[in-house]
Amino acid sequence: MTHPKRPPIDSRWVLERKDFNGLFEALAGRGYAVIGPTVRDAAIVYEEIQSDQDLPEGWTDEQEAGRYRLKPRPDRKLFGYNVGPHSWKRWLNPPSVRLWRARREGGGFAVAPETERPPRVAFLGVRPCELRAIEIQDKVFMGGGYKDDIYKSRRDSLFIVAVQCGQAGGTCFCVSMKTGPKSNGGFDLALTEVLESGRHYFLLEVGTARGAEVAGEVACVPAGKHQRQAAEARVMEAVSQMGRTMDTSDLRGLFYRNAEHPRWEETAARCLLCANCTMACPTCFCTTVEDTTDLTGERAERRRTWDSCFSADFSYLHGGSVRFSPKSRYRQWITHKLAAWFDQFGTSGCVGCGRCITWCPAAIDITEEVRAIRKGDSGKKE
Amino acid sequence: MSDAMLPALYRVERMIKENEETFTLELEPAGAARKGAVFYGGQFNMLYVFGVGEIPVSISGDPRDTRRVAHTTRAVGTVTRAMRRLKRGDLVGVRGPFGNRWPLEEAEGKDVVVMAGGIGLAPLRPALVEILARRKKYRKVVLLYGARAPEDVLYREELERWSGRADIDVRVTVDRATRKWKGHVGVVTLLVPKASFDPLHTVAMVCGPEVMMRFAVQALRKRGVDGGRIYLSMERNMKCAVGFCGHCQYGPHFICKDGPVFRFSAVEWLFGKREI
Repeated sequence: MTHPKRPPIDSRWVLERKDFNGLFEALAGRGYAVIGPTVRDAAIVYEEIQSDQDLPEGWTDEQEAGRYRLKPRPDRKLFGYNVGPHSWKRWLNPPSVRLWRARREGGGFAVAPETERPPRVAFLGVRPCELRAIEIQDKVFMGGGYKDDIYKSRRDSLFIVAVQCGQAGGTCFCVSMKTGPKSNGGFDLALTEVLESGRHYFLLEVGTARGAEVAGEVACVPAGKHQRQAAEARVMEAVSQMGRTMDTSDLRGLFYRNAEHPRWEETAARCLLCANCTMACPTCFCTTVEDTTDLTGERAERRRTWDSCFSADFSYLHGGSVRFSPKSRYRQWITHKLAAWFDQFGTSGCVGCGRCITWCPAAIDITEEVRAIRKGDSGKKE
Repeated sequence: MSDAMLPALYRVERMIKENEETFTLELEPAGAARKGAVFYGGQFNMLYVFGVGEIPVSISGDPRDTRRVAHTTRAVGTVTRAMRRLKRGDLVGVRGPFGNRWPLEEAEGKDVVVMAGGIGLAPLRPALVEILARRKKYRKVVLLYGARAPEDVLYREELERWSGRADIDVRVTVDRATRKWKGHVGVVTLLVPKASFDPLHTVAMVCGPEVMMRFAVQALRKRGVDGGRIYLSMERNMKCAVGFCGHCQYGPHFICKDGPVFRFSAVEWLFGKREI
């Protein structure tokens, strides 16, 4: 197959299924470790993968509030599933990372910064809502006065292969949040998987110059009108399948004026404070630090680990937790996500991926909560 | 690893026992070449005790002293208890300074009312020191300070020195008096009507427990001080001090980088709401 060595940005190509491994080879050739979807523990998770053999070919999932089931598909699609329990923040803001080490020296101690550099990583299979989540975390960790080196060092070298959605799950609501099911940017390459009359191929979109270099090494041919339309039709199918909706009008005002609302007590009575929602959420960024010392007392280190606003320790202040009731913790989480985020980062903190709904053991549904708060909207606008 | 997350080594130069629970640590950068950081009243540092942990502590020394930095805190947790055992020459890790400052520029040409409850005097001390160093820039200066008991009164010598000055009105009250106590008894808010200042041209700076600040704001507003000219120093759990860890959120605000000093009118809608 022939095509320009450097396909132009925004150009579209057809990559046949049988040539898909060329993408892995091109990425590996450039020194990227590929992180992508794979089946493990009865779920589709993100892990380091080597080839198309590791992809969840022929698998899909069923999702509802508090429910996730892996199911075989009738076809051989590689990306015929919805987002699972993992999100990409796992690699950009690792669940546990060392900040520095210290050792006792003479009468005092010395602190040594962490020097280990993160590996060069390519994400394969980033969904449009997840791309938005990465953009949002970019603002959190790199958009202010302080830049977070842990995040930035990983983000700067990141290569992103997005996969546009051809279906939606029971807890998806990206259409409401205007984050999907198709992305127009933020990726190096984007794929749309098409299966039609026995032909299995991918529409390949080139997003950046870096993406063009990789695309230049993959066997593909220019996409025709038909293939573009076929890809577009897949996206429209996803739009029609959205399992959830959320009315996003004035969410900020809604939550700020309803800090006292009977719904908080009702939801708190169901909430287990397990923090699943915050762990699964692709934008939740809260962390804590852990200082540890070895048994000799000679060496100490500090690690940064994921934390959750659902824990009692999170708001601990000499003598007790500021947010001691479950009600106040659930309220903090959703008010931050849907209201305070606008003040802090100029965007909603929710991308409509549905993870918090699926992975809540009590089936608490963020879209249902918004409806309930709206129903009893006490404050009203002044 | 960014510098903001990496503790710099400081040496304990002096450990001053203020009272049973409270102590002041005076620190200097370890190593001759190291320069201390410039700080402003209202800001805080993250202090690390080797092998124990790290906590935020407001800066309570003289901001004009570019070498020495002082921290007053109470031994109430694991880290502060370990800190109280530190001796001259011991090392601590310091990250900072972080956060914003008291509105000393805005207060120029106006009356200044400083209200403190308990350990809340510590973050206000740098502001007072600076105001007194540039005394001509301000009109009346009032310090209203409440402590639990006479033995809890902080910076006693300094307060006595200031009391002797004609250009600052220092009023100290205690909740529980002893026989020897000759001053006011009762909550600090009772001092507000007694002090002489022009409410329409006053900037107030308040720090203490949240309940104390709530009543302080009430008393100040009752005298006619506008909520836009009352400043509070807020406190929440802090881990990173640079807005990444999320712990110190107060509504839309990150106390660590948007505060800790807030104009009351900016947080009024949150203030007093429970468990925010």
